[in-house]
Amino acid sequence: MEWVNIIIQGVLIGGLYAMFAAGLALIFGVMRLVNIAHGDLIVLAAYIALMTTDTLGLNPLLAIMIVVPIMAAIGYGLQRALLNRTLGDDVLPPLLVTFGLSVIIQNALLELFTADSRRLRAGAIEVASFPLTEGVWIGVLPLLQFVVAIAVIGALQLLFYRTALGRAFRATSDDQSVAQLMGLDNRHIFALAMALSLAVIAVAGVFLAVRTNFDPAIGPARLIFGFEAVIIGGLGSMWGTLAGGIILGVSQAIGAQINPGWQLLAGHLAFLLILAVRPEGLFPKVQG
Amino acid sequence: MTASFHVEHATRASRIGTAVFAVAIVLLAAAPAWGGRDDLRLLAEIYAYVALASLWNLLAGYAGLVSVGQQAYVGLGGYVLFASTIEAGVHPLLAVPVAGVVAAVVALPAAGLLFRLRGHYFAIGTWVVAEVFRLIASQISALGGGSGISLPAAIVTEMASSRQMREYLIYWLALALVVVVLAAIVLLLRSRYGLALTAIRDNELAARSNGVDVTRTKLVVYVLTAFGTAMVGALIFLQKLRISPDTAFSVNDWTAFVIFITVIGGIGRVEGPIIGTVVFFVLRQTLADLGSLYLLMLGAVAIAVMLLAPKGIWGFLAERFGWQLLPLERRLRFASDARTT
Repeated sequence: MEWVNIIIQGVLIGGLYAMFAAGLALIFGVMRLVNIAHGDLIVLAAYIALMTTDTLGLNPLLAIMIVVPIMAAIGYGLQRALLNRTLGDDVLPPLLVTFGLSVIIQNALLELFTADSRRLRAGAIEVASFPLTEGVWIGVLPLLQFVVAIAVIGALQLLFYRTALGRAFRATSDDQSVAQLMGLDNRHIFALAMALSLAVIAVAGVFLAVRTNFDPAIGPARLIFGFEAVIIGGLGSMWGTLAGGIILGVSQAIGAQINPGWQLLAGHLAFLLILAVRPEGLFPKVQG
Repeated sequence: MTASFHVEHATRASRIGTAVFAVAIVLLAAAPAWGGRDDLRLLAEIYAYVALASLWNLLAGYAGLVSVGQQAYVGLGGYVLFASTIEAGVHPLLAVPVAGVVAAVVALPAAGLLFRLRGHYFAIGTWVVAEVFRLIASQISALGGGSGISLPAAIVTEMASSRQMREYLIYWLALALVVVVLAAIVLLLRSRYGLALTAIRDNELAARSNGVDVTRTKLVVYVLTAFGTAMVGALIFLQKLRISPDTAFSVNDWTAFVIFITVIGGIGRVEGPIIGTVVFFVLRQTLADLGSLYLLMLGAVAIAVMLLAPKGIWGFLAERFGWQLLPLERRLRFASDARTT
């Protein structure tokens, strides 16, 4: 029973990793940009949630309603003002600019909030749990977070394949210049994609802040978890990121059970193993 | 027709530049005679950054392998130095090249995995490798686990019995290492690989279609860079006399600073990292009190340079005035020209 509990915990935390990954996969899919500041933006969302709950006295889960539009606006602005200028054939400018952004966000948060570790308090829901069967307990909050992750990824999938905006995203992804000839404003489309990406990680950032302690330095590790989930799942597939997140979460949970020091290492090794035996990921996109 | 031409690397500017370098090296080698202890420490740190930034520049600026995980090899070099001296009784100075060799051997399988990641994702992959190294280092209890370890006094005195002599020795070693690294990079760029690398830098697709084995060239550069970076890392921690996973695999110290130095100085040019390091240390000496604000400003400056002057300070100067400090140009000189020039 102990192992069943551990694997369930791993699956549920995998939902959070899938949300990290979905935001990363989305912008890579649309504009071939890898945002190294992704993890730091997740932490930024957590701090914005902290400020909202502190000043308005809201429950953190309700604060999502405020954090999401703020992060989306930051994403749109960031893309229009900065990141659109870095796009092109050369991989250096986007990587170096987002790397610089990562350092800037980390140190700005450090100046504003110090290095102390913080946490969002969500009240009774934090510790609530119910028995699934004899000896197997499920936490309400982890379950809620997993359900939200599935909803977010399902919504992204629908948006990509059922809406006009999704069509615009896919068109720019396939061929930027033809999309432009068809009357799409790429700069605007890219900014919308970044806004959407940051809206997704705003949700993830709030759940992260409720579940664990956070401080300005934890961003890069979040970027790495999201990245590993993307590669494990296979590039270009939204449901693949969910599978990748779950595999990563379960590997970490099993590693932690064997030796607390091996939690992160087990996740990285699972990633490297997949990279060695199946570099295209478990669920690569079939059609182009 | 027999080959009636030869390739000339030097220009008038580069001859002057090389002479300036030679004089500078002699003056710097004599630093123990004119500088205090603090000067020597600062200079050794500057050499380490020039070497790290030059190696990163070779990797990212020429081979197009943008790594944000070179701290993997700095830390590995440091840990190999501590492990081989403490556990195997290797002489600390011999441990520096040993660290380089170990890193090169480790870099081969690492490259095998990382090269499967295309373009942008390669960068984050290198970071994962560095994290794996850090986590493994913190699990090795013989080397102090997560809290780290100091170099035992017996090993320290093995280098030289007096403290002053040890400091001189490490200083000269740091200077020798940076000179060797720079010379190796210049020679590499003048070789066939250099021509291939310059072609890859300018246009990877065109290089490939002209018969350059891009993957092999990149692999050679990745392994050579790991070799050099680990030797610099070993020397850095030989000077610090203490190592821990967090300092050895620090992304800020060994990657963020190095990237900012290269970008500000001029990426894709050998002179760039040297200029960048000078700027970095001048800024640091004047703004160090600002703490995290200093890093924030450095990040902002690097972004501004990347967007507004992507070739950096040296790229701007070189294009504007045609300056070149090192003999890296290739000019065909025909036999008939020889009479006129």
